[in-house]
Amino acid sequence: MFHCHKKLCCENFFLAFLMASALISVGITLGVLVVLFTETFIFFEQVSWRDFLFDTKWTPLFASKHFGIWPLLAGTFLTSAIAMAVALPFGILAAVYLSEFATSKTRRILKPLLEILSGVPTVVYGYFALVFLTPLLQQFVPGLSGFNALSPGLIMGMMIIPLVCSLSEDALYAVPMHLREAAYALGAGKVTTICRVVIPAAYSGIKASVVLAISRAIGETMIVTLAAGQQPQLTLDPRVPIETMTAYIVQVSMGDTPRGTIEYQSIFVVGATLFAITFIINYLLGAKRRTS
Amino acid sequence: MRAQTIFRWVCLSALLLPLVVLLLLLAQLLFQGSGRLGLDFVTSFPSRKAELAGIYPALVGSVMLMAIATAVAIPLGIGAAIYLEEYASHNLFARMVELNVSNLAGIPSVIYGLLGLELFVRLMGLKQSLLAGALTLALLMLPIIITACREALKTVPRSYQEACYALGSTKFVAIIKVIIPLAMPGILTGSILAISRAIGETAPLIVLGAATYIAFVPDGLDSEFTALPIQIFNWVSRPQKAFWNDAAAGIIVLLLTLLILNLLAIFLRNRFERR
Repeated sequence: MFHCHKKLCCENFFLAFLMASALISVGITLGVLVVLFTETFIFFEQVSWRDFLFDTKWTPLFASKHFGIWPLLAGTFLTSAIAMAVALPFGILAAVYLSEFATSKTRRILKPLLEILSGVPTVVYGYFALVFLTPLLQQFVPGLSGFNALSPGLIMGMMIIPLVCSLSEDALYAVPMHLREAAYALGAGKVTTICRVVIPAAYSGIKASVVLAISRAIGETMIVTLAAGQQPQLTLDPRVPIETMTAYIVQVSMGDTPRGTIEYQSIFVVGATLFAITFIINYLLGAKRRTS
Repeated sequence: MRAQTIFRWVCLSALLLPLVVLLLLLAQLLFQGSGRLGLDFVTSFPSRKAELAGIYPALVGSVMLMAIATAVAIPLGIGAAIYLEEYASHNLFARMVELNVSNLAGIPSVIYGLLGLELFVRLMGLKQSLLAGALTLALLMLPIIITACREALKTVPRSYQEACYALGSTKFVAIIKVIIPLAMPGILTGSILAISRAIGETAPLIVLGAATYIAFVPDGLDSEFTALPIQIFNWVSRPQKAFWNDAAAGIIVLLLTLLILNLLAIFLRNRFERR
């Protein structure tokens, strides 16, 4: 009887631990929301929505403070757009090769090789963009600054290729063989079959990989912090220094800003904006999420 | 036929180009960093002189960070995974947890830094300490570990569990004695992947306020710390280009660590598949 009681107690404790672990993951999300919105709320007691949305300057660290979010949004948009221009075509074409042309042996070798790319820490890519790619590009692109949106954008695209490739390949590979055979039976060549049948059939999977890639690019931090500069400018010129939302958060965190100041709150406002944008991209566009 | 050949080559080059970039990156690192590599580099403290600087405190910091973060994240991750897989498959709470795990995986890592800054550094009063940094990284590792553990648990055949019940065992005993040991290689693989993700994370630690220049080895949970990626970031962002060599050498050490971790994961996965 006593033995039974002890065992039951142990099991209850175990179940309680399991539930607590599960609860903690919910708690983290709530924590993120509470933290971001508390500081954001305090921020907007001092700065009006109108300035935030319609001012075209972002200078919270200067004597004359402006809080227009657009320069940071423009910087983020610019680097992300360049990254997508690289990652989407390359990623999808690479996926087509792996799924439609490669033998299973080459596939087994090339896929893990490609995935090494996404395992490289982003601070390493930042180094590469700043130390190697920017000086190289400066020989071809006239007027390219030492800090610019082009080189981190390109490197970020390279980093994201494996993500797009891997998810798109899963989608392409899952397209049933009889669809391809039907196209061949109608006399279509391989290129036509891939472009007109296989890719459209895998469309939703490919779309999910695109959505995930965009949200990865928007949240990427170290490459742009190191190589894009720290000058929030409302420009779409990829040759000049800019600043992204993530880089701004890092910049302010580096200089010990005391709590309660408007500079301190501003990083949470930028964080909340970043969170909102990635949230909208992930949920409204309905991406299939994946952790690794 | 010609169109097909061209298309095939276009696709193949799309696949090979990123690999060429990876090779260029490695070549650049070896070219710039190999001169600085050596025992001195690993055992020296950072310095104002680029040719004397080393990564000792950063290396110790990274190892301690990962040890604490792993000790926190793995039990919680396994616990949440077991709960989701074995106990609550259909109720509202389980769906909420599931949604949250995927949600957490989609949050940019810099935002984890903001959470750590407010929650651990300010509210819990941990300052910019090793513990605060490790807890922040643990949060980042959780969704990866939970997902990997669930996959590992799924691979254990139902019949094993049923055999336990047939012998009169309770669910608790079946989980502890049969399911977890069988899922262990998968759990370990996932955990190593989570560690290798977290060890390269820079942004959350910087946002948390980790020091970029530390000339001592952390001596306790409340000690200030630096980590390998932060030391690298510090060197790359300096105006003197002599420090770029140190950065390259630091990156080589970081990449070697990652390589070893990944080989370990592959080894475990292969052993797992053979069973």
